[in-house]
Amino acid sequence: MRPEFSLFPEQASTIASKVDALYFFALGISAFFSLLIALVIFAFFIKFRRRRAGEVGAKTHESMALEIVWSVIPLIICMVLFVWGAIVFIDMRTMPDDATEYYATAKQWMWKFQHPEGQREINSLHIPVGEPIMLTMTSEDVIHSFFVPAFRVKQDVVPGRYTTVWFEADKVGTYHLFCTEYCGSHHAQMRGSVTVMEPDDYQAWLAGGGPVAAPQELGEALFTQHICNTCHFEDGTGRGPSLVGIFGSEVRGTDGSVRVVDDNYLRESILRPSAHVNEGYSQIMPTYQGQLSEVSLLQLIAYIKSISDSPSEESPAPAAVAANGE
Amino acid sequence: MSTQEFAFTPYPDLPKSHYLNVAYGLKSWLFTTDHKRIGILYLLSITFFFALGGLYATAIRLELLTPAGDMVQPDTYNRLFTMHGILMVFFFLVPSIPAVLGNFLLPLMIGAKDVAFPRLNLASWYMYMFGAGFTMYALFMGGVDTGWTFYTPFSSTYSNSYVAAVAVGIFINGFSSIFTGINFMVTIHRMRAPGMTWSRLPLFVWSHYATSLIMVLGTPVLAITIVLLAMERVFKLGFFDPALGGDPVLFQHLFWFYSHPAVYIMILPSMGVISEIIAAFSRKPIFGYKFVAFASMGIAILGFLVWGHHLFVSSQSLYAGLIFSILSMLVAVPSAVKVFNWTATLYKGSIEYSTPMFYALGFIGLFTIGGLTGLMLATIGIDVHVHDTYFVVAHFHYIMVGGALMGYLGGLHYWWPKITGRMYPGFWSHLSALIIFLGFNLTFFPQFVLGYLGMPRRYHSYPEEFQILHILSTAGASILAVGYIIPLVYFIWSLKYGEVAGDNPWDAVGLEWQTTSPPSLHNFDEIPVVDFEPYDYVEHEPVERPYRYSRSEA
Repeated sequence: MRPEFSLFPEQASTIASKVDALYFFALGISAFFSLLIALVIFAFFIKFRRRRAGEVGAKTHESMALEIVWSVIPLIICMVLFVWGAIVFIDMRTMPDDATEYYATAKQWMWKFQHPEGQREINSLHIPVGEPIMLTMTSEDVIHSFFVPAFRVKQDVVPGRYTTVWFEADKVGTYHLFCTEYCGSHHAQMRGSVTVMEPDDYQAWLAGGGPVAAPQELGEALFTQHICNTCHFEDGTGRGPSLVGIFGSEVRGTDGSVRVVDDNYLRESILRPSAHVNEGYSQIMPTYQGQLSEVSLLQLIAYIKSISDSPSEESPAPAAVAANGE
Repeated sequence: MSTQEFAFTPYPDLPKSHYLNVAYGLKSWLFTTDHKRIGILYLLSITFFFALGGLYATAIRLELLTPAGDMVQPDTYNRLFTMHGILMVFFFLVPSIPAVLGNFLLPLMIGAKDVAFPRLNLASWYMYMFGAGFTMYALFMGGVDTGWTFYTPFSSTYSNSYVAAVAVGIFINGFSSIFTGINFMVTIHRMRAPGMTWSRLPLFVWSHYATSLIMVLGTPVLAITIVLLAMERVFKLGFFDPALGGDPVLFQHLFWFYSHPAVYIMILPSMGVISEIIAAFSRKPIFGYKFVAFASMGIAILGFLVWGHHLFVSSQSLYAGLIFSILSMLVAVPSAVKVFNWTATLYKGSIEYSTPMFYALGFIGLFTIGGLTGLMLATIGIDVHVHDTYFVVAHFHYIMVGGALMGYLGGLHYWWPKITGRMYPGFWSHLSALIIFLGFNLTFFPQFVLGYLGMPRRYHSYPEEFQILHILSTAGASILAVGYIIPLVYFIWSLKYGEVAGDNPWDAVGLEWQTTSPPSLHNFDEIPVVDFEPYDYVEHEPVERPYRYSRSEA
């Protein structure tokens, strides 16, 4: 965080310079055309001022050639901007295979984070430099939005579904974290910080809080506590399908539809089991709506992921799937 | 121009009978079906709401002078920006040009005695006032804190403010838009004077046709959305709140399906005004008339296909994001075509320096900046960073204030002598146009910088490093406020003391200038026959200008 005044935000992620390059290109185009139009108008305004009363302008009605030129040039510029913008956007949305998954739960008016090793933080997130970080996020109440200007990333955090965002910080420091979706009385106080640390410092920081249980370990306990294990046997002989290796796989429902098992699929299956019943099984699972907090749900899903064979390689592009999740 | 060539002879007096003196008294206004009087009713109403919305803006800017939220409580601040947005969008900008200038001028421009459905026209003003009544009720009870966008589930479940009352107000107000839209479309189709073919319509009329299309097709979607929101809030029917089984992002799709085209409801009429002004003060036809007219229609139609660019980071899918990005880019083309054609119109023109012309040029400059920054926002890779920051706030104020409001003020200055029969003082109107232009840029340009730095919108307090830019913005806003107060004063002053303008003070062509100022009750003594092309300026002997407007004030 830099309290001093500046005109341009710090770049602290691998994507930041790509966004800025695109921004400067668009800014250059904009400045060029704004000034061009302003100069031409100013010149015409002086040169063609009325010199005597009763005078009229020349009869220049139209020119097809000119119309085509000044339609096609903006169109070409727009398409360049679109393609470049799309490339940057796809980059932002394509999760690297080796991203480490962290969890975020937003509520009025705070951010709750959990590290893969189990450490929890409120309104602050510590991450190692040079490692791709993936955040799986949800909200307990209204829509919030996760925004770190120095990273140039932003993603709405929506109740009832998971959204994801990833970034790889490339500069050590502490940066602003803002909620950018208006969320009520203390929206402006829903701020925090992201602290990027050298890997060694990060390890020391992790160790500093004493031993904690990882999300998947807590999830395993919940799995037993909510007696999920009485139906979902590991060997597939139970009344529910085995959950070993299920994350990232494709499952066929009793209605014949095939869906990919991702965070949102698991969430739906826990809260609304009747939405997509696997082929060969009958709908006997009760709903867990209202019985699990958002944090517990995330831990349960973390456990199911941990018993899947290859959790990270199989995960589909989560952003694209997230919208279809509910 | 060398104005001293004109012999100055005061115009004798206003016409004996005109729409303002055919009847007097409150009843003659509240039960009028005259499109001109209804225009005046709208003028008074929207001026009130503009002033009120402006007061809210003033309070917002004062709070943001310091990083700490120290002037008002957070809940109060949230109500300030919400009411500012609701009043300015629904009760000022959407009705502004169509309901005031459109109502007054559309029949005059096409040579008609009135609009097609005069009583529906009056009903539209009553709908507006009813809607405004509900909104004012909510305001006096303590206001609304959802933002003018009413995002769910905050608005439907969590907000402790008068959401339902405002929802009813906006729902009812929507009918005033629909009535106006239907009226304009039928009027343009059915009421044109003999010879007034589609290719002879003034561009003001073309842009109002495009606007009416959006009003009629888009407003019902807003009405439905608002009803669903109110039902969820009051009866707990689950449409949007996931806790009730709804989808919160569905609301955003429905809301922006209207509210993005609504931006074009605000800007298209303004573009029509600019076309009229530039033609009149360059004294030549608009360059590429057909292209400018079709560009309006193109913007109106494309405007319905781009709503998803408000949802790039909402959890909308990657592919939907890309499609909405490319479609949003396409809107830039007809907008650019308009700007280039206006510029080309100035070429070899006979340009008169006048207040409406200053507003028109101000419009082109500010709209160009607003449009190009809109292009940046349509560029999906940039939007992720600046979405919901002050960059967006600056962008839409360049379009809505720099564009729509500048056009409205330009139009008001251009047709004021037609509406009232009197002229406002030249010096003060030049000065206020300049003050508004400078004040506007000082207010909103720093906000682009703030936005790229990461300052989020709707923040009551903010990190200290943003303060300098906020101070600049607030300074600009105070200059802007002065710029708005001056015209208010001289317009009122001119009603009694302004020079009598005469029927055609600008020596402009167009049917509205062929009748008296102010026009008679039925606009024309006999229905004109149109046998000339639009903006058909011909060289003629200098006319005696009956007013003192462009003479040096000495």
